[in-house]
Amino acid sequence: MGSSNSTLSKIPNLGRLIEETGFTPAHIKRLYKRFQALDKGNKGYLSPQDFGSVKELATNPIGDRIIGAFFSQGQETVDFHSFVRILAHFRPLDKNRAKRPDSPEPINSRISKLRFAFQLYDQDNDGKISRDELLQVLRTMLEMQVTEEQLESIADRTIQEADLDGDNAISFDEFRKSLEKVNIEHKMSSRFLH
Amino acid sequence: MLFVTPLLLVTAVGVAAADLYGTEASVRPETAVSAAPPATLSASPAASPYPPEEYAEAGIALARSADAHDPVETTDSGDASHHGGGYKIVQWEWSYVQTPYIIAIWILVASVAKILFHFSQRVTTVVPESCLLILLGLVLGGVVLIASKKQLYQLEPGLFFLFLLPTIVGDAGYFMPSRLFFDNLGTILVYAVVGTLWNAFCTGFSLYGMKLAGIIDEKVEGGMMEFLLFGALISAVDPVAVLAVFEEVHVNETLFIIVFGESLLNDAVTVVLYKVFISFVEVGPGNVQTADYFKGVASFLIVNVGGTLVGLIFAVLLAFVTRFTKRVRIIEPLFIFLLVYLAYLTAELFSLSAILSMTFCGIGCNKYVEANISQKSRTTVKYTMKTLASIAETIIFIFLGISAVDKSKWAWDTGLVSCTLIFIFVFRALGVIGQTWVLNWFRLVPLDKLDQVVMSYGGLRGAVAFALVVLLDGHKVKAKDYFVATTIVVIFFTVMFQGLTIKPLVKWLKVPRSTNSKPTINEEIHERAFDHILAAVEDIAGLNGYHHWRDKWEQFDKNYLSKLLMRKSVYHKGELWEVYQKINIRDAISVIDQGGNVLSSARLSLPSMASRTSFSEVTNVTNYLRENGSGVCLDLQVIDTVSGGKVEEETETHHLLTGNLYKPRRRYHAHYSRHFMTVGDKERQDREVFQRNMRSRLESFKSTRHKAKGRHKKERSQKKRKGSDAKEQEVNGKPRRNVSWQDTDPVTAPVDSPEERSEEEADKDEDVGITFVARKHETLKEPLKERPKSDMLEVYQSLAVIPPSPTCAEKHLPWKGGGGTLPVCVSMETTKIIPIDLQQAWNQSISSLESLASPPVQAEPQHPRVRALSRAEAARGGNSGGSDSGGSGPAQDPRFHFPNDEENGQSLQQQESQPLMSSMKPPAPPQVSSTQGMGRRPPTFNRNPCVYLRSLVSASPPGSEPRSRGPTQL
Repeated sequence: MGSSNSTLSKIPNLGRLIEETGFTPAHIKRLYKRFQALDKGNKGYLSPQDFGSVKELATNPIGDRIIGAFFSQGQETVDFHSFVRILAHFRPLDKNRAKRPDSPEPINSRISKLRFAFQLYDQDNDGKISRDELLQVLRTMLEMQVTEEQLESIADRTIQEADLDGDNAISFDEFRKSLEKVNIEHKMSSRFLH
Repeated sequence: MLFVTPLLLVTAVGVAAADLYGTEASVRPETAVSAAPPATLSASPAASPYPPEEYAEAGIALARSADAHDPVETTDSGDASHHGGGYKIVQWEWSYVQTPYIIAIWILVASVAKILFHFSQRVTTVVPESCLLILLGLVLGGVVLIASKKQLYQLEPGLFFLFLLPTIVGDAGYFMPSRLFFDNLGTILVYAVVGTLWNAFCTGFSLYGMKLAGIIDEKVEGGMMEFLLFGALISAVDPVAVLAVFEEVHVNETLFIIVFGESLLNDAVTVVLYKVFISFVEVGPGNVQTADYFKGVASFLIVNVGGTLVGLIFAVLLAFVTRFTKRVRIIEPLFIFLLVYLAYLTAELFSLSAILSMTFCGIGCNKYVEANISQKSRTTVKYTMKTLASIAETIIFIFLGISAVDKSKWAWDTGLVSCTLIFIFVFRALGVIGQTWVLNWFRLVPLDKLDQVVMSYGGLRGAVAFALVVLLDGHKVKAKDYFVATTIVVIFFTVMFQGLTIKPLVKWLKVPRSTNSKPTINEEIHERAFDHILAAVEDIAGLNGYHHWRDKWEQFDKNYLSKLLMRKSVYHKGELWEVYQKINIRDAISVIDQGGNVLSSARLSLPSMASRTSFSEVTNVTNYLRENGSGVCLDLQVIDTVSGGKVEEETETHHLLTGNLYKPRRRYHAHYSRHFMTVGDKERQDREVFQRNMRSRLESFKSTRHKAKGRHKKERSQKKRKGSDAKEQEVNGKPRRNVSWQDTDPVTAPVDSPEERSEEEADKDEDVGITFVARKHETLKEPLKERPKSDMLEVYQSLAVIPPSPTCAEKHLPWKGGGGTLPVCVSMETTKIIPIDLQQAWNQSISSLESLASPPVQAEPQHPRVRALSRAEAARGGNSGGSDSGGSGPAQDPRFHFPNDEENGQSLQQQESQPLMSSMKPPAPPQVSSTQGMGRRPPTFNRNPCVYLRSLVSASPPGSEPRSRGPTQL
């Protein structure tokens, strides 16, 4: 217990973090350890290079994008708070918490999960997944298995399917609608943070 | 319903009477045979210890008599006809056909019953089919009982475990939604193992307690072990019953997979408990030593793990085998049935859990097998499995009903029956609640109260329990008859009462139902992305969670397993692309089904685009066509609007193709090959041209080879130039007409032929029995309006499968992997009319052609197709250009060049050519530049399809030549 408290005490603004993300102190502590392990040289923040040490990410087709998602626009570092906040997207929904109507949208709600995924596609942050952006994702996900033309036809089809306003791109609303039937709460949650 | 019931009754009586005759007739052989027990059928442990009398009493032991009677009886009747004075014109050979006949009649009755149930929509929506079948069984059983005074039929454990159950389990395992299954595997395993153990022991002990308390009658002899045994066999949720009921209820898929998965996986527990308790009963409870309990635990592990392993081994085997069935597509389904069934039998052989084995075999092999086998095989497997499973299920329920009527096996004890019913229900509910409470700590999506209610209520018992209780040895388990009666009541209660009420209950509780929607491409893509995201997030967070391991497994699968178990061509295709194609095809089919025209975009609505409310003007399909097929779509629309004459031309093209294609080989291949997207689209052309060349060459070579070759060669090179000139003229948009093989101008516009070809191509790709003859008649008779519609679909499908870039195909040399592809003369490439780059490509090809065609004629590194083309042009040029006079002269031209063609042809088509070539081998075939030729091909043929068509035409065999040429030359 003592060590636990000492670890937690090192974290600034712990209360707010817990409030914001819904993690238990035990989770936070665990994540803090992980954060420290990733943080080579105890800088107090993570740089993209630090993520490079996670070797599984190298085989993940969209690993780069996910690393990128940890860094807000233009920044080269991520501190512990942001780190936890990003991971909190993947906390499973809990029914008891969502009851307070005055509370802001919880960070692990369906919408924010979707928004996170959407932003992985939308690399230029214009609020739309363009055909090119989709193609890039498809290309990495399918690797060498299909030809460029096949990729393009898949991308076209995908956009046509989801595109409601005919601008040949997928806006967030369209993205959300196209996934209406999918159990996002299930598919975008990891059991580890329950 | 009413008017048919008599019919069924009559049938039943007929069967019963006939069978009675049969059994009487064959009592002697039967008892004789039973001395040497039919080994094939007695794999279920207690089947063989049946006393011989019971064989006879059981009447129709369907399968057994199939084995036992036939040889004996045939010799009997043979003897009779030998000695019974003279030859009888008509003989009554009932004993000969008896067994299969009765089986067939039973299946017929069951199937007819199914049809009848579904006549009344109202009945089947309220009452589950399984209930109706049991009721029918009761009625039939009653009739049989009245007719023959004793019950002839009952659910034979051997029949059930060896034939009926495997079909159902095989179907369930093979079509198990594996992702869903593995996502919930932990939960399923807990329910299957812990839950079943809990149910078995609680029910057993409580019943024993009731016995001690005197609520269960004294007549029910049995100690603790007997009741535990009964508890074990009655506690397992039954896959057959669960499937039958839950398939109609449509609860959400998570709930379904948990209940159904449990019912499958609890088999191992049931089997072990059953066997352990039986052995305990046999040795007597007093003699059970502590070691025996440990043996029981060990046996549980072995039965479990062993069963699973056997299944997985067979899965790998099966997947591996289907990798090599490319040339024998016809036996692909057979392999699947055989190996999956063998997985079951092998597990049974080692007394491992057969259900587990079969389930995991199905789950394990599905992905690879489905990827390897052809579309037709997939359909066949699906339908056959579903048909068999459905029939087996029907028979099981009918026989359950019939068996219930058999009074002789019954012994009723109200205490036992009511206690069992109550305990089963209570302990099921308690077990579910307790386990769910624990599981919800770990589950991502907790199971709420409604789910628990449905799960408790869905604990249906069924035929497995019945078969197990019938298998009990009446001498060792004294209370067997009571147990049988109780089991029957329990089954009837759960299947009929719970099955009947579960639907209203689910509705009333508003349990989330399954949405019956097919996935859209968006969902497919994004869900894949989600998996990757989660795997990455778990990696970053340093937690080896579910997604982490899933990702690891996927990597392993991709790097090793798929490589080992999938065909190369399939392995490189990419899953998402497959999914994409499937969705596209599904859309197209549904559009056509609705009577829509793929291109009449205004009223097109695709099911996978449900979210979209209106389609303004451009539809998926058309757009896709435009983008991928560039021009085909336009062509088709042209056909749409242009009237009349085109049909005739198409007809002629059909005639032409029919008359001139190399038929036998094409037909042979067409039936067995499937690939949507083969590397062989070009090879097809090559091969066809080559084959045609070879054939005509063989026919004409001898007659022409005595002529002076030098002259001909010169002539030819000149002609070649002429031909290319001619082609260049065509580039300018003036296709030359005068091909003179039909009275009318055969190839008027390029729009025809691509359409035509792609249609045929689509046929091939779809593997729909292609015979040109059939299609020809069709198109002949089809009114103009009909054509575009059907063509549209085919074109569309075929387009979806074009290997879009030539490079893709070029990578694979024709002699590699081209074996099973379709030797059609039609190239996909010809359907693409690519406007840009065209001129350039054309010129390039022409210039290369010319340079090649000129001086050194011997080692022409041309591709046969190019040759064929140029030859055709030459022939045509000669024909049209100057010499209507030389009617037959030019016609022979193509064949004069064959000796040279052959060289290239051979290098390209080694396998094909060997037999043909052996007689006239040319010196040292130059292996040069076939790839080079291929590189140039696509532009060449993109250009003007009709040119190519003509090249085929002009190379027609001499036999048909005069006939087709005659008219034009006048």
